[in-house]
Amino acid sequence: VTSLRIFAIGGLISYRALFYWLSVWIYVPSLVLAPIFQILLFAYIGRSAGLESDKFYVVGNAIQYAAVPCLFAMTQLIGGEKYQNTLGAILVSPAPRLPLFFGRTIPVVLNAAFVAAFSLTAGCLILGVHIPASAFIPLALVIVVAAFSCSGLGMINAALSLRIRENAVLTNVIFGFLLIFTGANVPISELPGWMQSVSDVIPFTHAIEAARELADGAPFSSVSDLVGTELLIGFVYLCAGFALLRFMEWQGRRHATLERS
Amino acid sequence: MSVLRLIWAGWKFHVKSLTLSGFFLLTSIIQPIIFASVAYFMFEAGARPGTLLYVALGAGMMGIWSSTLFGSGGAIQWQRWQGTLEYCIAVPPPFLLVIVPLTLATATIGLYSLTATLLWGWLFFDVPLEVAHPAAFVVALPVTVVGLGLLGLVLASTFILYRNANALSNLLEYPVWLVTGLLVSLSLLPGWVAPLSWLLAPTWGINALRESAIAGNAWPEIGMCLLLAGVYLVIGYFLLQHFERLARERATLSLT
Repeated sequence: VTSLRIFAIGGLISYRALFYWLSVWIYVPSLVLAPIFQILLFAYIGRSAGLESDKFYVVGNAIQYAAVPCLFAMTQLIGGEKYQNTLGAILVSPAPRLPLFFGRTIPVVLNAAFVAAFSLTAGCLILGVHIPASAFIPLALVIVVAAFSCSGLGMINAALSLRIRENAVLTNVIFGFLLIFTGANVPISELPGWMQSVSDVIPFTHAIEAARELADGAPFSSVSDLVGTELLIGFVYLCAGFALLRFMEWQGRRHATLERS
Repeated sequence: MSVLRLIWAGWKFHVKSLTLSGFFLLTSIIQPIIFASVAYFMFEAGARPGTLLYVALGAGMMGIWSSTLFGSGGAIQWQRWQGTLEYCIAVPPPFLLVIVPLTLATATIGLYSLTATLLWGWLFFDVPLEVAHPAAFVVALPVTVVGLGLLGLVLASTFILYRNANALSNLLEYPVWLVTGLLVSLSLLPGWVAPLSWLLAPTWGINALRESAIAGNAWPEIGMCLLLAGVYLVIGYFLLQHFERLARERATLSLT
């Protein structure tokens, strides 16, 4: 029961506490309007290059933009403790680490899923992209899985923030990396072979592919393997992130660098 | 003469200072390379490939805009956070002459972007680096930087009214990339976008660079960029005066 409380209530309180600055004046420009403009930019570059349809860019960029809340929020939820001078108190507490850190992932996943779903809806309405009604629920599921998957990467990034000072820079680099490698804007088949190999093992690639098939009218059963792979990738990244967090915690204690900011 | 010396010293100081910032190096080098790479792949794979030099210049200009937007948009806020805004206003030279070198420096830092995207394209995507009219290109480059730097002055003086300037900067990055035709031909955009793009220096700056690099007459675009720079300077001057008067009246200079 204690672990469950730490997981659910601890996660929620942490999200609210560390995002006290996330007012509507920041949320709307950064997480509601900016993804719509990203979709429009790439849809028009796509038209200019004569590459793919608007639907390709709407689906790809809406899901890929979930990286912003996933990466930044996960980093802030864990690395941010350092700047609030609360990291030491958290880490000396007897709270089990698994629910402590995983509990923080849930609000991040839900927020990222909302950002992606809203961007997808707005992008479709603005560019006149039609998605069959039968795809709405499967698409929602794919978006949640994609957000979960990227939160795993966010956990790794958060662990690195215990060591790296300029973490916002690293987060932006990871966001750009995902923009190229996930196939959000360039069909994976057009990328060089080594890049395709990387695409196979990072968050979003399989979710974006599944979402595009669903948006084209495919049934969920035909993309279940892609969704399963995305889920597995997310799980692996989350475990790797957790292991890295524990390692960084141990390193921080050893070198007395936990609160270095 | 002392005005020019003040601008020169301020510009040099801020260029050095911004060059040491990891955030600005990211904005001006890594981010444009990322967007340039996506665009190179898209145009290479597309049915209408176009010239990759066109893309490289556009992606470089994206970086100039980003560094101007974030640097100039947050210029006055940073002075506030660092506790130097009162000194900047209290010194004998007009506040305008203190801020202009900073906004010019943020646009200058963007030149790293152009260099980075051109070199990246040349190394990995076989982008040709031959410039059709070198003299026009050499003139177009600083004129573009001045145009964007003075647009930065307008941003600096208006963003002060918005407490969360960074969020506004995030919002304005993509739309300006789009409506100024940096990677997308303006003819593809809705008709109402064109008049909007004419008011923005990046539109004329990128056209000047492309005309001089690829082929064509860049001088009308260079002239328009200079004209807009003058207009921005006048607007910035009045906005800054207004802001300074309000801040003195309400004693809000050091509020963070």
